[in-house]
Amino acid sequence: MKELIRKFTQTAGPSGYESAVRNVIREELKSYASNIQVDTLGNLIVRVGEKNRNGLSILVAAHMDEIGVIVSHVEKNGLVRFSNIGTVFPRFLPGSRVVFLNGTRGVVNNEKPEDITKIPKFEKFFIDVGAASDKDCPVKIGDLAVFEGEFADYGLNIVSKALDNRAACALLIETIKQIKTTPHELIFVFSTQEEVGSRGALTAAFGIEADLGFALDVTPASHILGTKMQCDLGKGPAIKVRDVNFISDPGVVNWMIDGAKKIRVPYQLEILDVGSTDARSIQMTRSGIASGALSIPCRYVHSPSEMINMNDYQNMIALMVRLLTNPVSLG
Amino acid sequence: MTVIEPFLLSLLSAPGLSGSEGPVSKIIAEKWRPLVDEISSSRLGSLHALRRSAVEGKRPSLMIAAHMDAVGLVVTKIENGFLLITAVGGVDDRILPGQAVIVHGKREIPGIVQMIPDRLMPSNLTNEPLRFSRLFVDTGFDQKELEKFVQIGDVISFAQPPILFKDDYIAGHSLDNRASIAALTVCLEELKNYNLQWDVWAVATVQEEGTLRGAATSSYEIRPDIAIALDVTFAKGPGSNNHMTFPMGKGITIGIGSNVHPALTGIFKKIAEEIDMPYAMEPMPRSSGTDSMAMQITADGIPNMVIGIPIRYMHTPVEMASINDIMRAGRLLARFITSLETNALETIFSGKSS
Amino acid sequence: MTSEKILTSRLKINKAKLALLEKLSNAVGVSGCEDEVREIVIEEIKPYVDEYNVDAMGNVLAVKHASIKNALRVMFAAHMDEVGFMLVGEDDKGIFAFEPVGGIDERQLVAKPVVAGKDHIAGVIGAKPIHLASAEEKCHPVPMDSLRIDVSPANSGRLKIGDFATFATRFQLSGDSLFGKALDDRLGVASLIELTKKKADHLEILFAFTVQEEIGLRGARVAAYNFNPDLAFVVDSTPAFDFPAYEPGVENSRYNCRLGFGPAIYIADAGTLSDPRLIRFLTKIAEENHIPFQFRQPGGGGTDAGAIHLTRTGVPAVSISVPGRYAHSSILHAKVKDWENTLALLEAILNNVDRSILAEER
Repeated sequence: MKELIRKFTQTAGPSGYESAVRNVIREELKSYASNIQVDTLGNLIVRVGEKNRNGLSILVAAHMDEIGVIVSHVEKNGLVRFSNIGTVFPRFLPGSRVVFLNGTRGVVNNEKPEDITKIPKFEKFFIDVGAASDKDCPVKIGDLAVFEGEFADYGLNIVSKALDNRAACALLIETIKQIKTTPHELIFVFSTQEEVGSRGALTAAFGIEADLGFALDVTPASHILGTKMQCDLGKGPAIKVRDVNFISDPGVVNWMIDGAKKIRVPYQLEILDVGSTDARSIQMTRSGIASGALSIPCRYVHSPSEMINMNDYQNMIALMVRLLTNPVSLG
Repeated sequence: MTVIEPFLLSLLSAPGLSGSEGPVSKIIAEKWRPLVDEISSSRLGSLHALRRSAVEGKRPSLMIAAHMDAVGLVVTKIENGFLLITAVGGVDDRILPGQAVIVHGKREIPGIVQMIPDRLMPSNLTNEPLRFSRLFVDTGFDQKELEKFVQIGDVISFAQPPILFKDDYIAGHSLDNRASIAALTVCLEELKNYNLQWDVWAVATVQEEGTLRGAATSSYEIRPDIAIALDVTFAKGPGSNNHMTFPMGKGITIGIGSNVHPALTGIFKKIAEEIDMPYAMEPMPRSSGTDSMAMQITADGIPNMVIGIPIRYMHTPVEMASINDIMRAGRLLARFITSLETNALETIFSGKSS
Repeated sequence: MTSEKILTSRLKINKAKLALLEKLSNAVGVSGCEDEVREIVIEEIKPYVDEYNVDAMGNVLAVKHASIKNALRVMFAAHMDEVGFMLVGEDDKGIFAFEPVGGIDERQLVAKPVVAGKDHIAGVIGAKPIHLASAEEKCHPVPMDSLRIDVSPANSGRLKIGDFATFATRFQLSGDSLFGKALDDRLGVASLIELTKKKADHLEILFAFTVQEEIGLRGARVAAYNFNPDLAFVVDSTPAFDFPAYEPGVENSRYNCRLGFGPAIYIADAGTLSDPRLIRFLTKIAEENHIPFQFRQPGGGGTDAGAIHLTRTGVPAVSISVPGRYAHSSILHAKVKDWENTLALLEAILNNVDRSILAEER
């Protein structure tokens, strides 16, 4: 189980360039090959089950992209200037390492700051790939890289880069494999370009026209950092109530709460005033779709060392299987 | 007392925050049911009410959208017997200390919004602008009791009951945009005695504040030939007197700008002048800030119009409006609708489109 | 369809093309009121397209049909609108308060001539004489809400609230430089007009001259929904910040793009990650046809592609821009050669684009 997460997190897939991740996911889903399709924006779509009389068509989206950087200029001295792909926090940059899709590795640092107590602005940072000049630099404008962040097993908790959102991708794979029968038509979308604005899920949901949809993602477990949002590791999957620009369908929230209560797994209610998920794209599709989101609590989101709790992970699989194999009432 | 007053008072007494429009939706549905031919809800909870055309066969359709959701607060955490909160929609944190509210948990409980007092604040933060992190709701219940009937995500509405002033003025929470719901109701009442050439959809949209999601999805479902957003706009008043504000009680506003179709702007001006209705032109240089922004870009595009009712103190529990303006907006719409012939699309848009 | 390659005679910039660009640059078409530009577009493309119409928002949607069934549906888009102003109130006879339409730096406004309303009434954006400005005032930009458009008392009755205004700049050719207002994106509009004159009847070619790009890509979104294309190319103008860095000796690493380096191909901006298959395609045909090109620096900003690529089930899209200095100001500066090379690249697209580009997964 941890091995799958390790493999997924250590595969590079910045937004818009998810093909390597798509391939490892497809490999895991070999036995479903005839039900797999890849759409225009690169979303991997897997269909399981058929809708029976009590069933719905349910869309579940887990994004497979991660944040990264893109080269904007190589200076004459060989230093590489870059722009962000997705939300990259400058505070995590100094000293972090990146690996380009062409294999080149580099370290990130910044120009001498005027004020050492302040985090430098984004444009002050550069990547040093060890090139002496622009002529011998192995990367060029437009090349993409992801952050390095090794997988580490702390026992109950695990640490890696890109647990956002490969942990949810792995979780979804394990869920799919555990589903033997279902009254529903289940459409699993491993979506692209979530980190730049939930773009893949938007076009995928348009093509799918589900009765109900939800996103699988991670959510900041920032309680420990002193924020006034209540979410922490080990207290169960987070059921989203609201975030920026998204309000969960109350029926979907209650369906998830009931499911958790039925199988006696702990859950947390999530309300966020930062960030967003694919749920917002799913909801606004066509005439609107009843939507929500389930999240794995995750510390230090968008850093090279994100952390999740394996009990939360296991409980969320159990909850997913429960939700997707039983009739749905949105009351 | 105008005919709409009791209904308006009931609208201003009901909760119905973005995403939790149920209570107000019920009141509206009851009022509209006798005035329309059919009524249903969209997947997201917008109310779709249809006055069917008397014409057989294919006929054009008009959608009039007024959002029914309101701004307010929501519980983010329950701590030491207090509720921590954040905003639903655009709420200025500076208006909150001392506001009476209702917490909508398993049961409704009254509460007061207050702030951590200066003497308990780190000295460097005392004079900082008020932030939600400093605000809380006190209900009088202790932690254990609170956890029994309140959970994270429960919404909190303003408890302010409506205030009626002499000479047709009214104040209360949610005049944005229940004033327009009332106006749309006036319109439906006026239409009772007419056979219509067009299908007319009266739509009370959800989730306008912040996302425009109700209007986007409802217009996709209905696909009207013309859409009109009915919303409140800024009235002149203390601290707001620039060119983008309009006198309260002196008539409605007619939108002009990129979100609306110039041909419709022209027609509404003409109708207002024909019936001697006072109006102001409301310039919308970039966008209208209303449901029209979403409806205009639905599918392959829908010509839009925006009608405004000026209110003061927007997004506070003491918004103020003129009932007369509300009646005017309803009558103007009714006049537009009854003037629509089946071939109106050609006559309206025969000139150049914008 | 290689037989079509006989059409590879390059689109040279001649007097007629410059005259068209001049007409487009001088026309007034502030976002939400693109009528003048639309009229020119329709007049110009009418002889060359099989059909055109004006949609609910005012986009001009034109089609050149393929001679074969199930032909590839290729969309080209360029926006007709420009940034400008809307009159929102009259303070005194002929003195109008205004609001910007689209993103304009307030420091670009003071002491500029403008034209307002359908009749192009002349006006000026005046400023307080330096003698009367306090030392404190001189430390800050003249604030936008203190500025007024003055059309003189004589013209007060000829304008009304809601009328649009823009810079009064007239187009000028100087050596190999193009100077004019609204070259963002009349260069794109002119390019698309030229493209309608080309024959490529193995393709279903869909031209969208869009509205309201500068205030939220609104026209492109509905145009793409209507066309439902297989892939899309957006032609715009992107700022060139190709100046020396402020600090001496420091390399300018944030130029966005450079004049004279050819069309700028987009890889990533705030609204779009260009389809990598289309980036590879453009790179390949540019190299094969010896057309100079540059990559626009990945970063913020955006084009109509941001709306188009998210339409329906998604549309592979990429943007190509003619570099231009001083976007969203009274006078832009672009190069004849860059425009010519952009036209060459667009023509190469028509000659080379086919379904095989999309055969592999993104």
